[in-house]
Amino acid sequence: MTQHSRDMSRRRLLFGGAAVGAGVLLAGCTSNEQTPTEAQTKAADGNANAEPGKQVTIGFSAPAADHGWIAAITNNAKAQAAAYSDVEFKTVEAGADAAAQRAALSTLISQKPDVIVLLPHDGKELNSFGLEAMQAGIPVVNLDRAFPDAKAYRLQIKGDNYGMGVSAATFIAEQLKAKGVSNPVIAEIAGMDELELTQERTQGFNDTLAQHGLKVQNRRAARFTADSGQQEASQLLQALPKIDAIWNHDDDQGIGVLAAISQANRSEFFMVGGAGSKKAMEDIQADNTVLKATVTYSPSMASSAISLARLIGQSRGMSDLVELQVPKEIVLASETITKENASDYLKLGF
Amino acid sequence: MSERPPTATQLPAQSPPVDPAETEAAGHRTPSPTPPSAGRLSWWHGDGGEGAKRNLALIGVLLALFVIGAATRSDLYSNPDWVWANMLSILKLASVVGVVTVGMTFVIIGGGIDLSVGAIVALAGVWCTTVATQSFGAGGMIFTAIIVGVAVGLVNGTLIAYGRLVPFIATLAMLVAARGLAAEISQKQTQISQNSTINGIASTDLLGIPLLVYILAAVVAAGWVLLNRTTFGRRTVAVGGNPEAARLAGINVKLHTLLLYALSGLCCGIAAIMLTAQATSAQAAMANLYELDAIAAVIIGGTLLSGGRGTIVGSLLGVIIFATITNLFAINGLSTEAQNMVKGGIIVAAVLIQQIQFGSLSQFFRRNRLTTS
Repeated sequence: MTQHSRDMSRRRLLFGGAAVGAGVLLAGCTSNEQTPTEAQTKAADGNANAEPGKQVTIGFSAPAADHGWIAAITNNAKAQAAAYSDVEFKTVEAGADAAAQRAALSTLISQKPDVIVLLPHDGKELNSFGLEAMQAGIPVVNLDRAFPDAKAYRLQIKGDNYGMGVSAATFIAEQLKAKGVSNPVIAEIAGMDELELTQERTQGFNDTLAQHGLKVQNRRAARFTADSGQQEASQLLQALPKIDAIWNHDDDQGIGVLAAISQANRSEFFMVGGAGSKKAMEDIQADNTVLKATVTYSPSMASSAISLARLIGQSRGMSDLVELQVPKEIVLASETITKENASDYLKLGF
Repeated sequence: MSERPPTATQLPAQSPPVDPAETEAAGHRTPSPTPPSAGRLSWWHGDGGEGAKRNLALIGVLLALFVIGAATRSDLYSNPDWVWANMLSILKLASVVGVVTVGMTFVIIGGGIDLSVGAIVALAGVWCTTVATQSFGAGGMIFTAIIVGVAVGLVNGTLIAYGRLVPFIATLAMLVAARGLAAEISQKQTQISQNSTINGIASTDLLGIPLLVYILAAVVAAGWVLLNRTTFGRRTVAVGGNPEAARLAGINVKLHTLLLYALSGLCCGIAAIMLTAQATSAQAAMANLYELDAIAAVIIGGTLLSGGRGTIVGSLLGVIIFATITNLFAINGLSTEAQNMVKGGIIVAAVLIQQIQFGSLSQFFRRNRLTTS
């Protein structure tokens, strides 16, 4: 027994030592100094609106999602606010869902910011918050996910999901026509299918393809993550032994889609991405993968939202427009990035 | 040591302190006894007659799925090269979840459940693709993923075995916490793996078969041997079947429970490397809902959710069936929604069939044993 327990204690010491050693080593491995992606901000230039004005407090809330695009939204908003000397930036965590975000936002109202910039978990579910804040006299800037009620926001700035589909389909149709492919096989890898934005993108894609007399042969929905993109793409490639063009809705999941394509040794087609990540733009520029273009849905809209929120707080208009106030709705155009213009857009990649 | 685990003839002699009525009342919770008439089985007959029959049923389902595939896409199935490539693609699709499922099978046979496997895969994947870890090369990345997996498993096991938390709650908490830590480490970014050795794991073939499939086969074989041919496996069955009887039989139930969760964590670490290699990247949201995929595969594989009985081969067949369904829907261009509904239906159907068919069968065996003894 004593022999046994001595063995045990020695073993424990060994295991304990190994565990502590591994722990120290691993803790070191969390250091993650990535090359910092530059935030997409607009430096104050010569125009009249750049002059510091009335002090404005901007309250900000966006979901803490684990996706590169949302991370870029928050970073951009912070960086743009920091670029103004007359803006105080207050951010509240949006939590995991619409209910948590509503609770967090009600604390924001009580702090009486001058303007609230908000990317809701779900526009419909947070519509009532928009109404409440507007009634309390706080202008609300809705970022990307629209409120159904026009009284619930002062300004809405969003990307064009339908337009992404249109741009992608237009590029694909032009390329196929240039190559003279008859009866082309077109495939689509969508994002999370339960989201309205995915449905809009697919709608735009299908409508525009139909105008050119084309249609999607096979469509799989991934989940905006690289691993789901890889899995869906590997099955899609299995289903279609010969493909002419693929549209993948999201560049983050596109990392996995490209991996699946190279793992399957396929290269007979070209691919169009979506959103416009830095990695995708670099791949397009290098021109050594099947990725030949991507259609933008730029998180730079967060920077613009902060700039516009400041103008609203100071009751100023956009200096290039005649109107004395900021317009009510702004929809960004979805632009097509190809090898030719990738260098111009690289600074907007996230 | 190895004769301790309860075979049908030894069980009554070994556990006199247990009230016999209680053991009988626990009914299905007793470790599945091999029918006494079977006598000495050959060495490969580890899973017993009942399990083998269930596995045959699963193989029947699998064949039916292939027949449906061949009937609906006869143009593709008429090409033997394509069929072979498609089989391999199904196995590759099943490989990551398959490895996770081996660990899950042990945990469930041992009377627990691990809801945190998807989160552990994500955490291990993210941790092994940080800039600092990648600077140590492929070895460092593999080491990190495995150690992180085992460490999280040990935390789970400690909370459950020594902290007396219900497995459901402890691993649910870990599900949330591990994904949170993964998001913190990755700063919510997708971390791209620059290491060509790691990425090569997913694109390397040996003798025409992908390396990922070899890894799956090795893990499944190791799991099968561990469950059926070692003391550890027999103790797992005993602990899951009746923890009190196992304790009285001299098994350190707490330590054993701890080790089961560590084993599940180890499998998650291996799976994390495989998934990172496949996606050439890792992020906090990866391996989404793998816990449910693994649990579903374990259940349709015939493992009892309350513990004490189960097979590795059944779980593997469960994973392959799900991968085949995904493949079947993909090659027919059908929507993901319909696919999820069919998967749900298959889980329910599998459990129902088992309850009706094998429930009455095992009752028959038990009655038979009572009359003969």
